[in-house]
Amino acid sequence: MTTLPLAAAVPGAAPPPGVFVGAATAISVLVLLVEFGMLRAPLLRSQVRLYALQSLLVATLAVVVGAVRNLPELYALAALSVLLKVVIVPRFVLRLLRDSEAEIAGSGALGAASTVLIALGVAAFAVFSFNALDISSPVLPKTALAISAAVVLVSFVLMIVRGDVVSQTVGFFSLENGVSLASLVVASGLPLILEVAFLFDLLVAVMVFGILMRVHHARSGSLTTAQLTRLRG
Amino acid sequence: MRVLLILLCVLPLVPAVLATLLPVRLVQGATVLTGFACFGMALALVPGVAGGAVTVGFLRADALSVVFLLAIAFLYATVSLYAIGYLRDSEHTDDFGRYARRFYLGFNLFAAAMLWAPLVDGLALLWIAIEITTIISALLVAIENTDTAAEAAWKYLLIASAGLGIALLATIFLYFAGSTVLGTSYDLAFTPLLHAATHLPHTAVRLAFVLAVLGFGTKVGLFPVHTWLPDAHSEAPTPVSALLSGALLATSFYAILRFYQVTAATLGSTFPRGVLLVFGIASLLLAALYVLDQQDLKRLLAYSSVEHMGILAIGVAFGAPIALAGVLLHVLAHAAAKGNAFMGAGVFVRAFGTKQISKMRGGLDRLPWSAPMFLCAILALSAMPPFGLFRSEFEIVEGGLDSGRDTGAAILVALVTLAFLGLALAATRMVFAPAPQGPGTMRGRGPEPSAWMIAPALIGLAALLVLGIHPPADLTTLLTHGAAELGGAP
Repeated sequence: MTTLPLAAAVPGAAPPPGVFVGAATAISVLVLLVEFGMLRAPLLRSQVRLYALQSLLVATLAVVVGAVRNLPELYALAALSVLLKVVIVPRFVLRLLRDSEAEIAGSGALGAASTVLIALGVAAFAVFSFNALDISSPVLPKTALAISAAVVLVSFVLMIVRGDVVSQTVGFFSLENGVSLASLVVASGLPLILEVAFLFDLLVAVMVFGILMRVHHARSGSLTTAQLTRLRG
Repeated sequence: MRVLLILLCVLPLVPAVLATLLPVRLVQGATVLTGFACFGMALALVPGVAGGAVTVGFLRADALSVVFLLAIAFLYATVSLYAIGYLRDSEHTDDFGRYARRFYLGFNLFAAAMLWAPLVDGLALLWIAIEITTIISALLVAIENTDTAAEAAWKYLLIASAGLGIALLATIFLYFAGSTVLGTSYDLAFTPLLHAATHLPHTAVRLAFVLAVLGFGTKVGLFPVHTWLPDAHSEAPTPVSALLSGALLATSFYAILRFYQVTAATLGSTFPRGVLLVFGIASLLLAALYVLDQQDLKRLLAYSSVEHMGILAIGVAFGAPIALAGVLLHVLAHAAAKGNAFMGAGVFVRAFGTKQISKMRGGLDRLPWSAPMFLCAILALSAMPPFGLFRSEFEIVEGGLDSGRDTGAAILVALVTLAFLGLALAATRMVFAPAPQGPGTMRGRGPEPSAWMIAPALIGLAALLVLGIHPPADLTTLLTHGAAELGGAP
């Protein structure tokens, strides 16, 4: 990567970002945008598809980092996560949605506009607070870390404002995508065996989420969590 | 010694596999044998770790982890006895074979995952073990297949998984902190991490510790992320509630202690102790208030668990060696006492057919064995002498006074007394208040539901007395070593 002569001429100015930094930042911004898309999507199945897209973006970033920073184990990681998070998990949840035939749109506690406004505030908080930390990464720009924190916090908003089991599950999975993004930034050297163990754990969690979603649907005849209010005090 | 580590990891899988193949009676026998074998092996590890950590492959045991192993294996053994009596009642239902197979598969896997957590070497593997405990126990909470069980299981799975997502973020930040010293690719094993701790970057470690307390704290049941806990504990089958409360919460606290070790070595102990003190006192306050006015027996015990986890956090925050030894003793004594309390509560629920405290009266007449033992368990939980929790809480308070945290110690004593009031009122009414007269009320002595439900409570009571009156010398050495490891000794 070459620096432009103009920037070099100004003493003290930061060099403009290279292709890699630009690509990495762009992909992580896209991940956050897709998270907002999930928040906004009224149809449950479009939420699941957006999750698949988000997972694909994270895997793409893993490939880019693996190629540029010469970390070949990231290819294997990316392949595994595409298989799991782009193919298996979304198909699993979509099949559940088809089987349930209950409702195709989730219910929100708030309107779409208020939800997005809250999420914007939360995301801004995450970005600014993480940018203020003195944590720098050897492989990725710091912006990606701040954005991954925003993805995590916005996924909490998704889990909180949506009152149906599918949105809450998708919210948890996208939380995991945010954590994956953070781990690419600050822990890309994490041994492959541990990464695979994390993914395997996710796979088991997906199955258990699926079982409990089915249990919930069988007992209440719907996917909404509105009547889960018997236990209190 | 090394063989023991491997056996402890693998042995509980045997009855789990058998549960899918053999008739229920044989599986029950195998589970009890395995439970007691695991407890025996944990006991055999006690002298072994006196000279330092024992490692084999990615397994590692030191004094700190053996304390938690003892608590988990003890409950695994006693609760496996209790489960025989618990399941006997439903033996004649149509679905019993299927239910029992699922129950024993889940029960043994749950115990196995909890035993893995203190045995694995490294924060990443520890996170994986704890995530597995969540997944299996959520299914066990849902096993009764009622509306409330499904609700509790869903809340538990979602909240605990989200919490563990935060804990994973904590693990990743600590990995990043370590990578500045240990190179970009390493496996987060404890020994190298602790050796490198003084050179780690402060911001990353600070962030990791707060995220870890919040994340793993969700599973510990610390305020404000405790909300799943009373639901899951009250809706799970009683043997599972006993394991959840006595063993699982402590196992998750073990994860926080591992982060505490690294953080205290990097930043000094002021910051992590401050964080734990805040969470501890908030949890203790919330639990004491909820215990005062609680209508559901199992929720009462669940809030008592939040209280005791708060006491553990406060004990670590005091930081004096005697307080840390008290914390570790508290883990053991709380496991025995809470196991006993849940087992007794299970007998009451069975005998009276309700979980409502106000509808359980005249317990002493109905349950001549279980009622006095339940009362003993409640008194033990309220830190009455001569039980083990009296000794541990005494040590924690003494440690607080030693380290100049007089206000903290005073708050601790006041809130524990408040919780004692709530627990003791409920329990004495259940045991001593006369049963209401009138048609439809059940009267007369016994019978006790099952001898299998009494024997494990006797074992627990014996353990509480041993811990309270005269802990064995080996155990005292173990606790001292564990406290030293927590306090920063290599």
